[in-house]
Amino acid sequence: MQFVLSDPGLHWRDGWFLLQGAGHTLWVTLVAGLLGTLLGVVLGWLRFSSVLLRIITAPYIDVVRSVPLIIQLVLANSFLALAGVGFDTFWLCVAVLSSSMAVVTAEVVRAGLASVPQTFRRSARSLGLSARQEFFHISAPLAVRTSFAAWVGLLLGLAKDSALVSVVGYVEYMKSSQILITRTHETLPLLVGVGVFYFVICYPVSRYSARLERRMAL
Amino acid sequence: MFGYVFYWSLVWDALPQLLAGAWLTLQIAVLSMLFGTVVGLALALYRQKGEGAGARFASAWVELARNTPVLFQIYMMYFGLGSVGIQVSSYAAVLIALSFNNAGYLAEIFRGGLAAVHRQQLSAARSLGLTKLQSYLHVIFPQLLRIVFYGYVTQAVWAMLNTSLGMLVGLHELSGAAQSAQSISFRSFEFFFVTALIYYLIAKLMELGARVVFRRWLRV
Amino acid sequence: MIEIRSVRKQFGSIDILKGIDLDVHKGELLCLLGASGSGKSTLLQCINALEPIQGGTIKVDGIDVHDRKTDLNKLRQKLGIVFQQFNAFPHLTALENVALAPRLVAGKSRREARDLAARHLEHVGLGGKADLLPSRLSGGQQQRLAIARALAMQPSYMLFDEVTSALDPELVGEVLDTMRMLRQEGMTMVVVTHDIAFARNSSDRVAFLHAGTVAEIGTVAQVLGQPTSEHTRKFLRREHH
Repeated sequence: MQFVLSDPGLHWRDGWFLLQGAGHTLWVTLVAGLLGTLLGVVLGWLRFSSVLLRIITAPYIDVVRSVPLIIQLVLANSFLALAGVGFDTFWLCVAVLSSSMAVVTAEVVRAGLASVPQTFRRSARSLGLSARQEFFHISAPLAVRTSFAAWVGLLLGLAKDSALVSVVGYVEYMKSSQILITRTHETLPLLVGVGVFYFVICYPVSRYSARLERRMAL
Repeated sequence: MFGYVFYWSLVWDALPQLLAGAWLTLQIAVLSMLFGTVVGLALALYRQKGEGAGARFASAWVELARNTPVLFQIYMMYFGLGSVGIQVSSYAAVLIALSFNNAGYLAEIFRGGLAAVHRQQLSAARSLGLTKLQSYLHVIFPQLLRIVFYGYVTQAVWAMLNTSLGMLVGLHELSGAAQSAQSISFRSFEFFFVTALIYYLIAKLMELGARVVFRRWLRV
Repeated sequence: MIEIRSVRKQFGSIDILKGIDLDVHKGELLCLLGASGSGKSTLLQCINALEPIQGGTIKVDGIDVHDRKTDLNKLRQKLGIVFQQFNAFPHLTALENVALAPRLVAGKSRREARDLAARHLEHVGLGGKADLLPSRLSGGQQQRLAIARALAMQPSYMLFDEVTSALDPELVGEVLDTMRMLRQEGMTMVVVTHDIAFARNSSDRVAFLHAGTVAEIGTVAQVLGQPTSEHTRKFLRREHH
């Protein structure tokens, strides 16, 4: 008996499939980026203002930076599985990616805050501003200016890292392309399409932020 | 607690396999950093020129390497080349892709460092009669290395961590070895936990080694 | 001797040197004076081919500096140059700084180079600082290190490009003393400087550069005592407050 698969070539329908994959990539990047940034800002600020917190949080940061992301995803996945906890793959991916984003954002935030010259802060306090006012009106805005370009870089890194989430079953753009490749064997066009997709997201944004950085330089 | 019994002994039995994988991980990390450094230096120097075919080629390389995922680069080497008839082993694919990637990132790191070495250092060396090669080898590059040292080490650790992607093309580096070992018993948690531990140890050892090297030999 | 004939140089579309004619005789100390932008530093850098020229010739002991066939590395061994920014190699000790070129260019063995370096450091008064990194030396010491480094190649001519301009006033003296010592020993020197007192006290001839040409050249007495060019007079008045 012969099995004939219906039409293995690329279809317009597949374009829709790829679009969904692209949407998933962007969506998971956005959500994890947002969450990761929020967590990272808090973490960075805490580490900047308290030596104790800096020491306490150090192991967590250390581990996240020293274990491959793909292993973190797989580990989290199998842990939740054996714990018998039901979870949504999407949120698992968001959790791991946010954690990674938070860790690197925290460092950028901490460095940004530390780069605000003491002289500015002292002047503000001498004028009578409270510590909190000084933070919100002087330190924070300046820190944001210096860290912005770096943060954009991190976000783009996150977009690229999102390509890994298929390992736990979330079908984003790269996986969608792979699925199509398996079916149609149109390896090169689809693969090049993947490259173009990420390049088109990352390159213009990084160039623009480089230009912004030059203009924002004090 | 979980109603789950942890079978660590299975991992212990498979340790030789895992360590063999770790060895492959280190190999690829070191080699890809080596290639990446040599090529990255060349790319940085070409980009410095600002104009010309060399500079444009170098910029294209750097932008391509930095704006696409490493996984994509690996897949291009493995599946992409395969589809046009060039069969590459998963080892070669990962090595080439990581070297390509390292070269791009290191070129950026070196560019910043080169800018920090005063232009006049080159003039001073040349006025003493040193050839261009001698000047770069004995005066410029040693200073460059000291300036970018920690950035360089960070890149090396990142390269080592990226070898884990080899698992997705069937390479039996550490992650691949863990994957294949756990596929028998399905104790994925135990295996990957130990794997994570091994990665952590390797990363820490790399950083420690770097600090020692910096302090003993690169004093400035 | 160094023969400079009708040398022209441009940076982009700006003419810096507009026809320089100059000779440097063996054993003399020639001072190049002039305002910023007059081209004096540029001229120095053209002599050892750090900068290309667009017209004219420069010959050192008969060898055309800017001829494509000239072996620049060999030529540069004859011309020692010391810059305003000391440019000590920061990753090498004082001794290693001085020993580097003798080893790599003159092909001396490590031991020979080190001995040579030690002697030259002694010569400029840095004998006790051989194993220190440049970051541990004062500006004046770093500049003397640069002089020792250039001397170690046993050049026939020494070029000095405003070597005291970046130094704190109290450190200038030690460098000038070193230069005077070299002069006593018979070294041929071309010194670009702002320091008119040095020009007056230590040089044999003075050339005044203005807007890319040699406005005036002659003995110290002639140029500084009775300058014929109005530009020279203006310059001397300005520098003399």
